[in-house]
Amino acid sequence: MTTIDRPIVANVESATFADSKLGKAAIEGLKFAALMFCLSIPILLLRIESDIDHKPYLFTRWSWPLWAALVGFVVRFVALAASGEAHKVKAPAWVMPESVARYLPIAGLIFLLLYPMIALALVGKAGSIKWIDNFGIQVLIYIMLGWGLNIVVGLAGLLDLGYVAFYAVGAYSYALLATVVIPNYAPWLTPWAFWVCLPLAGLLAALWGIILGLPVLRLRGDYLAIVTLAFGEIIRLVLINWTDVTKGYAGISGIPRPSFFGLPFNASDKGFAATFGLEFTPLHRTIFLFYVILALALLTNWVSMRLRRLPVGRAWEALREDEIACRSLGINTTNTKLTAFAIGASFAGMAGSFFAARQNFISPESFTFNESAVILAAVVLGGMGSQLGVAIAAFAMVGGTEILRELDWLKAIFGNTFDPTQYRMLIFGFSMVALMIWKPRGLIATREPSLFLKTRKSISGSFVKEGHG
Amino acid sequence: MEYFVQQLINGLTLGSIYGLIAIGYTMVFGIIGMVNFAHGDVFMLSTFFALIVLMILLPIIGTSVAAIIFALIVVMAIGMVLTGLWNWAIERIAYRPLRGSFRLAPLISAIGMSIFLSNFVQVVQGPTNKSIVSLIDGGFCLSGTTTTAKYCLFPTKAGFGVTLAYKQVVIMTITALLLAGFWYLVQKTPLGRAQRACEQDSKMARLLGIDVDRTISVTFVMGAALAAVAGVMYLVQYGIIGFSDGFVPGVKAFTAAVLGGIGSLPGAVLGGLIIGLVESLWSAYFSIDYKDVAAFSILAVTLIFLPSGIMGRPEVEKV
Repeated sequence: MTTIDRPIVANVESATFADSKLGKAAIEGLKFAALMFCLSIPILLLRIESDIDHKPYLFTRWSWPLWAALVGFVVRFVALAASGEAHKVKAPAWVMPESVARYLPIAGLIFLLLYPMIALALVGKAGSIKWIDNFGIQVLIYIMLGWGLNIVVGLAGLLDLGYVAFYAVGAYSYALLATVVIPNYAPWLTPWAFWVCLPLAGLLAALWGIILGLPVLRLRGDYLAIVTLAFGEIIRLVLINWTDVTKGYAGISGIPRPSFFGLPFNASDKGFAATFGLEFTPLHRTIFLFYVILALALLTNWVSMRLRRLPVGRAWEALREDEIACRSLGINTTNTKLTAFAIGASFAGMAGSFFAARQNFISPESFTFNESAVILAAVVLGGMGSQLGVAIAAFAMVGGTEILRELDWLKAIFGNTFDPTQYRMLIFGFSMVALMIWKPRGLIATREPSLFLKTRKSISGSFVKEGHG
Repeated sequence: MEYFVQQLINGLTLGSIYGLIAIGYTMVFGIIGMVNFAHGDVFMLSTFFALIVLMILLPIIGTSVAAIIFALIVVMAIGMVLTGLWNWAIERIAYRPLRGSFRLAPLISAIGMSIFLSNFVQVVQGPTNKSIVSLIDGGFCLSGTTTTAKYCLFPTKAGFGVTLAYKQVVIMTITALLLAGFWYLVQKTPLGRAQRACEQDSKMARLLGIDVDRTISVTFVMGAALAAVAGVMYLVQYGIIGFSDGFVPGVKAFTAAVLGGIGSLPGAVLGGLIIGLVESLWSAYFSIDYKDVAAFSILAVTLIFLPSGIMGRPEVEKV
């Protein structure tokens, strides 16, 4: 009898240990830690360095794989111990409360309108240029690009990996028009160069959107993505190699800055400051640029919100949900896709010409695939189709990068060679994967219906199947 | 003529590397219908594994011919295991939870993974390019004056010579052997049968008792192993690698997979060879600056006019 009893007792004991939540989590955590350790052995343990004679040698650091294993264990353990069940049914995505959804955009808008004043009041004249220019304007450019791409990806459901091409078209159109065409053929237009070229750049980008879109738009989702990626790269390579026009890697410099509707921002008698009887400071231009890009971003938002309510916008969303059903209802899918592509491209073109005017210098380096990926990440992470989500994601990502530059105190912890900005794209990539797994519908997975019976009611994004086409 | 033959040899070498990477794309696409955007970066990772293992091995065993052959075999074996493990983990962490999610979710996750991998390597290995001394020097002289080699197949007095470098022979031989082995694996073993069944109808395969998840994992490991071999060859051929070197070969290999007909293994190899030939001939006769434009244009043109590729099955859309 005892011989039978013993294994049963042992079984119960081991069952209580292994089946307890913490025990399970610990075992899974150890497994994951072992995996992380194995994965990190070659690439983290050994680093290829060059000595003074450029002879490569291997530099060993045992602590890195151990840290990787530890982090792996902690992440897995906490995730399992906190959730309890490893595999549970996914709850529908969180829907934002109506009150927050209503007041957050207004609060954000008021904050943006007052932002230059707040920056001035908090850090003074010298410090605020950095905060308005590097932080405010930079974030707004990406918000505008995010909203522009949102028309293509979020509303029409076409995954565009080459969006930065249209941004480049806009930037180079403005740069070439303002440095070559206008001074030679229409010098009287010089003070108004930016304001004339802005719509032109938008039109040119839209034209390129149509040229590139026409042949590829009958392709399926992921094929379309790859072809747009190829087109983006082709445009960048042409910009690099067509040195007669674009000056290649050297880029175009001396691009005229925007004027205050004809009044230049300089210290001359006819400048902005003298006309309004103010003391000249470069801050005027920075603040003006801030409001210009804010207006452009809001224009993008307004146009796309209005378009959603028009028949073409309804057709976009219908197309996103089911292309075959659309076609059988008599919607011309090619034209519908093409309008989304062209309108999205035109906003990228305008953002590009603003970028060129603000930077004063452009080169192909600014239009790599990474930029497309950042814009796409803003749209995807924000929740495709949600204007507020895209804005929040763009703010978090681009603003987060700028804040990374400020984190000098981290050097005190990780040593002087630690550069937080090099982790920027690493964090982007990681958060794209993590968010796809955690919330495939993005941060704000709420749908604002464009048609409703009696009351407007947001629904969870889980009920729509975007990106199917 | 000599110039053309030389470019043909160079193109076939390049094409072997693209072909091996392309198999990884085409297999994954065939089985789960997803463009594994991170595959080019997995290839890049494998070149780093190869370089690190070579740097450990070479000082120990020296640089005689036998030692280098031994080193290459060891490097390939270790690289295949490590890269396979990485791709297995990537599939488990980044793609498997998204199965059954909306269609573009795995693609976006793969794009994120691609950005993560290249920047991960940049952070842990540094942004500078890494180089290695040329491992295999010399070659067969096929034609030309006998300057580099002692004997020539078709000796000529002057003019442009044609050389078949030993490393090119090694690359093409290994590719051929590997493809033969791989063909056997897919066509003649239970594992390959399971794979082909999942590719045709994964639901039916599951009903018939095939562990579909495991088969998909194995597919990722196999694709990564072939990419690892391509990584070793890339290192042998060019001798210089960097963290951003995965993107362009990745897109070109994907082009090869599409050109050959995505889902078709012989198609991937054929597509790789075509892309390699086009690239080297284009650089030779037109413009080396625009060689990537040529490859990207082929991708666009193929997808627009021949979406099912040379050897692919046309896709039938069912409602």
